Amino acid sequence: MLRFFLSRLLTFLPTFVGVTIISFSFIRVLPGDPILVMAGERGLNEERYAELMEQFGFDRPILVQYADYLWGVLRGDLGNSFVTKRPVWDEFFSLFPATLELSACAMIFAVMLGLPAGVIAAVYRGKFFDRLLMSSALVGYSMPIFWWALLLIIVFSGMAGLTPVSGRISLLYFFDTPTGFMLIDAAMSGQKGAFSSAVQHLILPTIVLGTIPLAVIARQTRSAMLEVLSEDYIRTARAKGLSPVRVTGMHALRNAMIPVITVIGLMVGTLLAGAILTETIFSWPGIGKWMVDSIFRRDYPVVQGGLLLIAVMVMIVNLTVDLLYGLINPRIRKN
Amino acid sequence: MAVNEPANGDPERPGRLREFWFYFRENRGAVFGLWVFAAFLGVAIFAPILAPHDPTLQYREHLLQPPFWQAGGELAFPLGTDAVGRDMLSRLLHGARYSFFVGIVVVVVAASGGISVGLLAGFAPRWIDTIVMRIMDVILAFPSLLLALVLVAILGPSLLNAMIAIAIVLQPHYVRLTRASVLAELSKDYVTSARVVGARLPRLMFITVLPNCMAPIIVQAALSFSTAILDAAALGFLGMGAQPPTPEWGTMLAEAREFILRAWWVVTFPGLAILITVLAINLMGDGLRDAFDPKLKRS
Repeated sequence: MLRFFLSRLLTFLPTFVGVTIISFSFIRVLPGDPILVMAGERGLNEERYAELMEQFGFDRPILVQYADYLWGVLRGDLGNSFVTKRPVWDEFFSLFPATLELSACAMIFAVMLGLPAGVIAAVYRGKFFDRLLMSSALVGYSMPIFWWALLLIIVFSGMAGLTPVSGRISLLYFFDTPTGFMLIDAAMSGQKGAFSSAVQHLILPTIVLGTIPLAVIARQTRSAMLEVLSEDYIRTARAKGLSPVRVTGMHALRNAMIPVITVIGLMVGTLLAGAILTETIFSWPGIGKWMVDSIFRRDYPVVQGGLLLIAVMVMIVNLTVDLLYGLINPRIRKN
Repeated sequence: MAVNEPANGDPERPGRLREFWFYFRENRGAVFGLWVFAAFLGVAIFAPILAPHDPTLQYREHLLQPPFWQAGGELAFPLGTDAVGRDMLSRLLHGARYSFFVGIVVVVVAASGGISVGLLAGFAPRWIDTIVMRIMDVILAFPSLLLALVLVAILGPSLLNAMIAIAIVLQPHYVRLTRASVLAELSKDYVTSARVVGARLPRLMFITVLPNCMAPIIVQAALSFSTAILDAAALGFLGMGAQPPTPEWGTMLAEAREFILRAWWVVTFPGLAILITVLAINLMGDGLRDAFDPKLKRS
């Protein structure tokens, strides 16, 4: 077991170094001089230019620059945003709760609908329900979510007038956000209607971001269930006279969950990619929108730092899923 | 010499293609997907003939005209016009060309690169293999759309750069798949016998082993065709793909965003075109997977 842990950690390190190299090179392979970009249209004189060169260390050998960068990364220093002048690290973690809240809601939405859908489809294999659910799952899986978001806005906000189209809460409410999670903060603020406003703002983004995970989970649950349902011990359980609900719900689902949980864990990357589109469309002030805005504003330290932090986050989640999987399934450890 | 050739001379066994078609045909969804895809291909090829108007021509007296079945619509513009009076139908038909082009180029670039690297990793000494696979891990650590977005930001927004970025992002999947299949094949007897007979490395790689690794790669190609179309449209939508006035579906959606509550058709049709195309390809991909692997997951 320890060996398995160590071997996985050992593959983590080179990947981490690789990710830092990519994000380090990003700012240096950009067309144009980063300092001139920073200066903007006003331009700057030669002395100021040299001063900035020195300040950012662009005049030193590339390896020294990289070592410096890596040392900064390890201490949590990712430089400052060109635009807001605030440290990239602080900006990331002040916006991250918004993305986390949205992603968590999307994931809960996807699991709550996807798991039952997959189980039902497996139980009614080949029947009408199975076809209906699996066709819908394939449609969801093929969905261009940026269009899906616009459609939902047309129907629910435009025609029905039910949900707001942007932001996390109505402008009527103002309170401190100690946790950064709007649902919790709104509930704690004690202001009447704040919580329901936060919920209303969450509905459409949650559906949009959760659609592809929902489809993937439904498909994965179905195939895992089908595999498990044909095992001998299920036949034994049926022969013992257990009720169908008990057989599928307790015996089968429990074992079918292993691959499903893996898929859920590995979907973090998908979620973050989806968050880029979802947050941009719904003006959701999270990491995805922040990255897109920074790319357009040419705020390179932010793009560089955000890229690194997102990749590291995905890697940590994948590593955790891997380790947990090894913990649940001893056969994995052998390899 | 012909140790690895399939037994085509054997009259008992149907040809590979026939066998494949036999299984593929059983999946009605896949056959349906194939027809839709064929139609999409036809539209992409014949768009200039099929389209009633020039896709970039602006009819200034017909701004935001609804489809013909709605009040105010006319048959000259069957699916209506957009905000500057361009015919929606013509733009959609021409859009098929861009999507198809994106799909083909991305798949060919990503697959040929990925297969070569994967073959190399599978056959090369252990340390090269390790280095190559770690590099692929690094690329896979970034959410694909984000990495594509950043790459386009570096290269500059255009359809070509979007395709390059998407190909780079998709390529590791081919590397992993090819390498895994190669490693599985290498331990088989026919490879050993080809070695014993004296096959050299290039022959061993490309003629003995590679053809037997193709099934999962073809399935991956189908799936990444649809991913490429989706990602290119997403980049176009974010303003980092094809630039206006190109009638690319994602770019059309981006231009249509501000009219979503006034003119439903400018938003609905481009997205529907993306969805139908991607859905058809995914249906086909599922069918391909089942047909190549008849023992597994029949349902």
